Amino acid sequence: MERAELPSPLQASRLAPVRSLLRAMIVPIMSVIVALAIGAVIISLSGANPLVAYSALFEGGLGSGRAIGRTLEKATPLIFGGLAVSLAFKCGLFNIGAQGQLLLGAIFAAFIGFSLQGLPAVVHIPLALLVGAIMGALWAAIAGTLKALTGAHEVITTIMLNFVAFNLTDWLSDGPWKDRSPGNIVARTPAVAPEARLPDIAGVPLGMILAVLAAIAVWWLIWRTTIGFELRTVGQNASAARYAGISVRRMTVLAMVASGFLAGLGGAVETLGVVGRFQPGFNVGLGFQAITIALLARTNPIAVIPASLLIGVMQAGASRMQFNSGVASEIIDVIQAIILFFVAADSIIRWILRLRAEEGERVTLSSGWGS
Amino acid sequence: MTVEPEIVLEARNITKRFPGVVANENVSLKLYRGEVLALLGENGAGKTTLMNILYGLYHQDSGEVLIRGEPVRISSPSESIKRGIGMVHQHFMLVPVFTVAENIILGAETSKGPFLDLKVARQRIRELSRQYHLDVDPDAYVKDLSVGQQQRVEIIKALYRNADILILDEPTAVLTPQETEELFAIIRSLTARGASVIFISHKLKEALAIADRIVVLRRGRVVGETTPREATERSLAEMMVGRSVMLEVEKGEAHPGAPVLTLENVTVLDDRGQQVVNGVSLEVHAGEILGIAGVQGNGQTELVEAITGLRPVHSGRVRINGRDVTNASPRRISEIGCVHVPEDRQEDGLVLTYSVADNLVLNIYYAPPFAHGVVRDDRAILNHANRLIERYDVRTPSPLTLVSALSGGNKQKVIIARELSREGRLLIAAQPTRGIDVGSIEFIHQQIIAERDRGAAVLLVSAELDEIMALSDRIAVMYHGRIVATMPAARATREELGLLMAGAQPSNVVQEPATDGHAPVSVQRRGV
Repeated sequence: MERAELPSPLQASRLAPVRSLLRAMIVPIMSVIVALAIGAVIISLSGANPLVAYSALFEGGLGSGRAIGRTLEKATPLIFGGLAVSLAFKCGLFNIGAQGQLLLGAIFAAFIGFSLQGLPAVVHIPLALLVGAIMGALWAAIAGTLKALTGAHEVITTIMLNFVAFNLTDWLSDGPWKDRSPGNIVARTPAVAPEARLPDIAGVPLGMILAVLAAIAVWWLIWRTTIGFELRTVGQNASAARYAGISVRRMTVLAMVASGFLAGLGGAVETLGVVGRFQPGFNVGLGFQAITIALLARTNPIAVIPASLLIGVMQAGASRMQFNSGVASEIIDVIQAIILFFVAADSIIRWILRLRAEEGERVTLSSGWGS
Repeated sequence: MTVEPEIVLEARNITKRFPGVVANENVSLKLYRGEVLALLGENGAGKTTLMNILYGLYHQDSGEVLIRGEPVRISSPSESIKRGIGMVHQHFMLVPVFTVAENIILGAETSKGPFLDLKVARQRIRELSRQYHLDVDPDAYVKDLSVGQQQRVEIIKALYRNADILILDEPTAVLTPQETEELFAIIRSLTARGASVIFISHKLKEALAIADRIVVLRRGRVVGETTPREATERSLAEMMVGRSVMLEVEKGEAHPGAPVLTLENVTVLDDRGQQVVNGVSLEVHAGEILGIAGVQGNGQTELVEAITGLRPVHSGRVRINGRDVTNASPRRISEIGCVHVPEDRQEDGLVLTYSVADNLVLNIYYAPPFAHGVVRDDRAILNHANRLIERYDVRTPSPLTLVSALSGGNKQKVIIARELSREGRLLIAAQPTRGIDVGSIEFIHQQIIAERDRGAAVLLVSAELDEIMALSDRIAVMYHGRIVATMPAARATREELGLLMAGAQPSNVVQEPATDGHAPVSVQRRGV
């Protein structure tokens, strides 16, 4: 799935980190630019002025303090989701189920949030976050265990588990955990206790701070610990990992659990930081955007932050764009899809840029011919 | 009388640079009609780059290629095929679930309207097969063919496309001695009909046996051209390596001690559930090398996997140092003191996308000093790498270089360094020198003997009879999952081993004249 890893201390030659960082960044950056260009063509075809539309888009995402606040709000769960998908990728797993894990995390955080009353915030918030994260982890563990024990492909099982999660959370929020307050007719849980809501710390939402800390923690885990080494080894060459005494099954389950933990935490942060309750439909699409972000970041945990911010800007600015230029906000989904297309099929971008194959790839190719 | 034979292919002053390396420098080469030209060289000498240029996979930075005297620019393999160049790669490019005919026409399909027309193709394949004694059934499925037969399918594939210049890349690496002889006969019948063959190899004996001319490459340059009549193994080896090499392994008397590895009636199943190791019992003692000879695919791979915990032992017992390790985890077996040089270094021994340093701790990364708790100590890993690179003479620009950038011999040295530096009590070395250059082979052989002399028990599995005979103190022959004979190496002869490997009962072994130019050796009759 991934070709060029971003540099790590023991990965590339002394000079290479800078070069390979640039090389690794050029395709994602060009993908975004080309996607925006194609989006501009579509916008002009629909009769609007792309410059007006895009300036409104970025004004809506970055133009004011409130706009930036909205962007951070949108970007926060995306960072968690992007980290979840990236971490699984490092172990060679394609976690399509971030969406389901996120839903579980979101609804259980809401449950802890509304069902317990009178706890101090320092207890209530960590508890609700932790329960949400653990539920996401358990949900992902199902797919991980199935893969480890029976070889069932995680792409299939996580897609199925997404459907189960959709229906389970629909039922919970319209059944046992439904908001029974007078006048409410929609499916949603009660609002969480005020003590469970995430505060701002020095003007920055706590959720965003947690997201950045999570990115650093994932980077540390992957590149600085033996567990990360085992994950990466399984992801790069499962057979060599087995020969090296690493249990591929154990790492498969572990990677899914860690991935689900991050996705669940993302759902919990969304509930406690933004929505304030669980309501079906609010988090739809986050888990799938997470895949775009992970690919755009080339599964580098730190790069997940700017990638999420970029998508966050677009989402925060979409309604301003629609208001100012009359371009339907759905164009943002189109642009995101084009970005995903290009980062996934990066040879198209390489061809556009006439980029030569990377050194490493070339060497591998020539050794493939023997001698 | 003095008519110059036609030059079918010529390379003039080819230079090809890759970032940081000159793969070919001013390489000139002529191939005459009807000859076999052996291209000898170590890994990284530039043989493959040169062939890839001729085959259109790369383009040279300078110099020119002439086909039948006409300068050409070959930009793709399909163009080189059109110009009559066929290449048989070391790793076959066949679809296992297709028939021979289907594989051969792949990319050059004959059709009737929208339907495949295999009839014409089958007819031609039969003709070619007859003409060159290739003995291949067009309707057989490739997955059912032996490696030697698959290679012949590749040759027919080239002939089917009217190739009259054939490039064979390390064609004997996967063949038994008998299959190699058959291949040589095929090559001779090809050249007798006017085809020209470039035979890429690192095996000196074979180059001497089959070639009309031998060109030696070293570090991207042509360092010599000779003929089998003028050259000897020693002179060729020196040309390849650039210094004198020992072809014989020097080793002293073995001093075997207590048994370290004990197998009792071990049976093992393959991936399809077939029993491929049938009740093997053997002992390997401290301070001795037991070589397992056998044609590949007779259960050696599965036996090694079972000993090292990578494949379940179906029945029987495996003991290392007296401890029962039957079906223990690979990690536990490794920690008991079993070090393993796996058969497939690219696939199982290395992570190609990792640095040399990371590969040098691939199975000890979790222990101090390389980790404290779960935190890696990059400095200790790097120091370790620098030490081993020096001690085991790994040629790498830096410990941080990706291992994929190293030559085959140096990749194997990385594995040897990682495993031998652990000073295990049991060394299992599977095909330790397959496909690597003379210089590295010499080095690795010395290291294996040093392990023995240090007191380790060594189980050596190799398809190279020469290697088994040069290194082993005792030799066991494996055939169809059984050990059919065990003998002291001093008493073993090439011919006897060859027959046992081919399934002859030990009692049926008869005296055969030596075929490879050595003095005839008498073969002992052995009772069962």
